[in-house]
Amino acid sequence: MSKKLLAGPYLIWMAGFTIIPLALIVFYGLTDGDGGFTLANILAIATPEHRKALFLALGLSLLSTVICLLLAYPLALILRRRNIGRGSFVVFIFILPMWMNFLLRTLAWQTLLERSGVINGILTALHLPNQSLINTPGAIILGMVYNFLPFMVLPIYNVLCKIDDNTINAAQDLGANFFQTLTRIWFPLSLPGVISGITMVFVPALTTFVISNLLGGSKILLIGNVIEQEFTRGSNWNLGSGLSLVLMFFILISMALIAKYDKNGEGTAF
Amino acid sequence: MSQPLIDLVNISKSFDGTLVLDDLNLSVKENSFVTLLGPSGCGKTTTLRIIGGFEHADAGKVIFDGQDISDLPPNKRQLNTVFQKYALFTHMNIAENIAFGLKIKNKPKSYIQDKIKYALKLVNLDGYENRSVDSLSGGQQQRIAIARAIVNEPRVLLLDEPLGALDLKLRQDMQYELIRLKNELGITFIYVTHDQEEALTMSDTIVVMNQGYIQQMGTPEQIYNEPENAFVADFIGDSNIVPGLMIRDELVEIFGAKFTCVDKGFGNNRPVDVVIRPEDVELVSPEEGTLKGVCTHLIFKGVHYEMEVTTPDGFEWLVHSTQLCPVGKEVGIRVDPYNIQIMNKPASEDEEAVGVNE
Repeated sequence: MSKKLLAGPYLIWMAGFTIIPLALIVFYGLTDGDGGFTLANILAIATPEHRKALFLALGLSLLSTVICLLLAYPLALILRRRNIGRGSFVVFIFILPMWMNFLLRTLAWQTLLERSGVINGILTALHLPNQSLINTPGAIILGMVYNFLPFMVLPIYNVLCKIDDNTINAAQDLGANFFQTLTRIWFPLSLPGVISGITMVFVPALTTFVISNLLGGSKILLIGNVIEQEFTRGSNWNLGSGLSLVLMFFILISMALIAKYDKNGEGTAF
Repeated sequence: MSQPLIDLVNISKSFDGTLVLDDLNLSVKENSFVTLLGPSGCGKTTTLRIIGGFEHADAGKVIFDGQDISDLPPNKRQLNTVFQKYALFTHMNIAENIAFGLKIKNKPKSYIQDKIKYALKLVNLDGYENRSVDSLSGGQQQRIAIARAIVNEPRVLLLDEPLGALDLKLRQDMQYELIRLKNELGITFIYVTHDQEEALTMSDTIVVMNQGYIQQMGTPEQIYNEPENAFVADFIGDSNIVPGLMIRDELVEIFGAKFTCVDKGFGNNRPVDVVIRPEDVELVSPEEGTLKGVCTHLIFKGVHYEMEVTTPDGFEWLVHSTQLCPVGKEVGIRVDPYNIQIMNKPASEDEEAVGVNE
């Protein structure tokens, strides 16, 4: 009995901050302004404007995730192979940005990339032509990669650290060169870390509106921006909720795909 | 005389400034079972890892079949290792684990299938192809690790304390298994262990190591019966190591009593160390004994009784005998001449540091 009571606070927390808000979103998403049932908020995703925002968000977050993975995996592997301890200075350097305010970091990039910003200032000083860096999809991807890279590095690094040296030695001993060891041992064994890394980068990247607001200007609208505007400026909570549900649906599908791939990945070496 | 298959020449290695191997020389003949034996930190595993290619010696050469392989990476060496904690690939099933080395070498599928079958039969695990690594017990995992290594037909199998994680009964079974495998495969085994009983059971040659030096190298009989120094005598089995005085050839004085022995050439009136195994100490009536003492300790060990007999000079003799001597009883000690092993006292402080002084 007393053990059950211990779970109480968490149940209240879950009900209050997960289940009830979720139910509210579903309720708003499936009703119109007068409280009548409608699918219009969901189907609104089909309008060209919304569709474009959704696909752009999917594309940019997917690309950012891939870039993060390509940057993070070699880094994590190098850190692991050098046997740099988890509390070491090098690891600390990579985690350090996570301790700074997310908004502040993104604002810093805005300052750097601006038309009259730091980078263009340097280019001018070198008598090179100015570049339009801000308000481009590239700037958004840069922001996403910069902000979410640690979330890719850490899970992969943690999993790599758990792989026994002798497992790697055994593969080499059996004739595998570095590349074969990487593809047949390191990578398959680190797949759980890769998957949680992908999840932790892809989901926030897909739903972000801060990065696209600050680095994309008002020109580039991601689905996150659209939803945010419906809640704040448009004050159409029903439409915002409906689009949120669609976005949630896409996230669930991508998670399911990843989970399925993971299952297939288990036990197959190549 | 066959040419040595592996030759370690003047190998030195240190980690963080600590010398682990100091100018080590070791020859391993083809088709022998060589055991590197010593306490932890004696450099035996480092020696094995240098042969396997996982460590690079600071100085010296590794010669394999007449060729210098010191700078060859592990994947280019014609030897395979069985690791202490098996190091199986947990993301593959048993068949895939065994096939790993063969697939790397692009062997044909039918060949690989045959090899998997053959190897599983050899380690008595037929039909385990599709099992997962986690579903196997420690002993079974160790057999798979051996199977995974031997399908590659290495000329030398390196084994790094492969039985260390198994319980006693299983360990003994696996010892016989390994001897059988060695005989069936006809390949060279280099085996690392800290367990002297394991070494005595399995090896053709035992290399006793301590603090980066080879203390003694020889057959199990030589190592046990004729230890060259106090460290070897103490490490291999129980022993009584007592100070003695070599009066002349074949006569040694221990605690004032004169014992006939068979050793010669130590000079006259030279201080020496004398090793007498506990099972070689005979308990007789006080009148018959060369030395007299009192039994001060008695434990039943199953095969024999373990007793301690204290002589008037205060030395406690360890005695193994099937005959019981009750605590407090006065008793005589007698030793057959050929059971007395004479060793030189350590000549220098350097050598002294190597020995065990208890």
